[in-house]
Amino acid sequence: MQRKKNIYTIIKSMESKQHIENWPLWEVFIRARQGLDHKHAGSLYAADAQMAIENARDVYTRRNEGISIWVVESTFIHASNPSESELLFDPANDKIYRHPSFYPLPDELKNI
Amino acid sequence: MPLNEQEIFDQKIEQEIRIEPRDWMPDDYRKMLIRQMSQHAHSEIVGMLPEGNWITRAPTLRRKAILIAKVQDEAGHGLYIYSATETLGISREETIQQLHAGKAKYSSVFNYPTLSWADIGAIGWLVDGAAIMNQVPLCRASYGPYARAMIRICKEESFHQRQGFDILLTLSRGSDAQKAMCQDAINRWWWPSLMMFGPNDEASHNSTRSIQWKIKRFTNEELRQKFVDVCAEQVNVLAMHLPDKDLRWNELKGHYDYGPIDWEEFRNVVNGNGPCNSERLESIKKAHADGAWVREAASAHAAKKKYLHNNKIHGVQTAY
Repeated sequence: MQRKKNIYTIIKSMESKQHIENWPLWEVFIRARQGLDHKHAGSLYAADAQMAIENARDVYTRRNEGISIWVVESTFIHASNPSESELLFDPANDKIYRHPSFYPLPDELKNI
Repeated sequence: MPLNEQEIFDQKIEQEIRIEPRDWMPDDYRKMLIRQMSQHAHSEIVGMLPEGNWITRAPTLRRKAILIAKVQDEAGHGLYIYSATETLGISREETIQQLHAGKAKYSSVFNYPTLSWADIGAIGWLVDGAAIMNQVPLCRASYGPYARAMIRICKEESFHQRQGFDILLTLSRGSDAQKAMCQDAINRWWWPSLMMFGPNDEASHNSTRSIQWKIKRFTNEELRQKFVDVCAEQVNVLAMHLPDKDLRWNELKGHYDYGPIDWEEFRNVVNGNGPCNSERLESIKKAHADGAWVREAASAHAAKKKYLHNNKIHGVQTAY
């Protein structure tokens, strides 16, 4: 009984501070069909993960656009910096030998 | 010499490379997008009201289910654009507060009342039709999140227009009273729909800017003309007419001529004096206030679950 009362008091105090402006933003990822990746669909606000999934269903899959939904709080997503993207992706620029078309082979060579 | 930020931005616009949220962009570009996108999002949300008005009175269960789905779509469209707007650095809270405070604008067409069931048809055909005309080119807008939201919206919007035409078509084949209802709705919605494209561009500095930045692709006039050309033909399928005595095919231009638009009325409605301006705003604010307890309950529930989870307390969830 004592424990229940404590929880209730704590929740009450949290409740007064928690309004919609504190709801986290969630990023929504949707798998359109079996065999495909989950793909970013958009974002929405929700109080918790379950609400985020249910709202994502209503916002992003009203026309059978998905068979599976992932949600993740936006704050957990880390992104590369666009102003540094040149530097970041530079190592791939001078390695054209990674592409099959780098190797000119005779026409008579088949099935390769 | 390496390009500065402005030059990199200009080059991207020039080469049709989309601008993404974390890319550098000029302040005025950001401001213009925030203004246009938040107005657009508000229009989707306020646009639910004139149609929501008829959900309980739809003539059949089938029509009711369709109308509910359409109004739900509009809510979804508002949400897509609100989240896209947020990527520009303005909070959802602030955007919505601007609407509630009457500071932000929304499409003035939603300040007209829906007097009969035929209005739901006319809104789908004409208002959504005009919206589609505007929105299709926005799928190529230079700002990535806006363009992506528009692609999603355009896919869904075409159902809206077709269901509207379907309502009018049914009425146009009905009794004399139904035919009269159909014509009356077209008469009332035609001119407000033409006004949706906004005043002529020569008068608008914003419009020129927007086209340079490739947010807009066509002038207001071009889009309006395209809309008139399409509707002037479609109305014949209904065996109805558009309420414009100057409407006629111009062989030389290859377009329909149409009569002058009453911009005085437009300005009047934009400035808050339309038939339903205050009613719309009050409804939006009331809905927000009435939903407060739901938001609070959801927050409390989330807080409780988090607390129980963090403290590894199981089996007391149903205690209160």
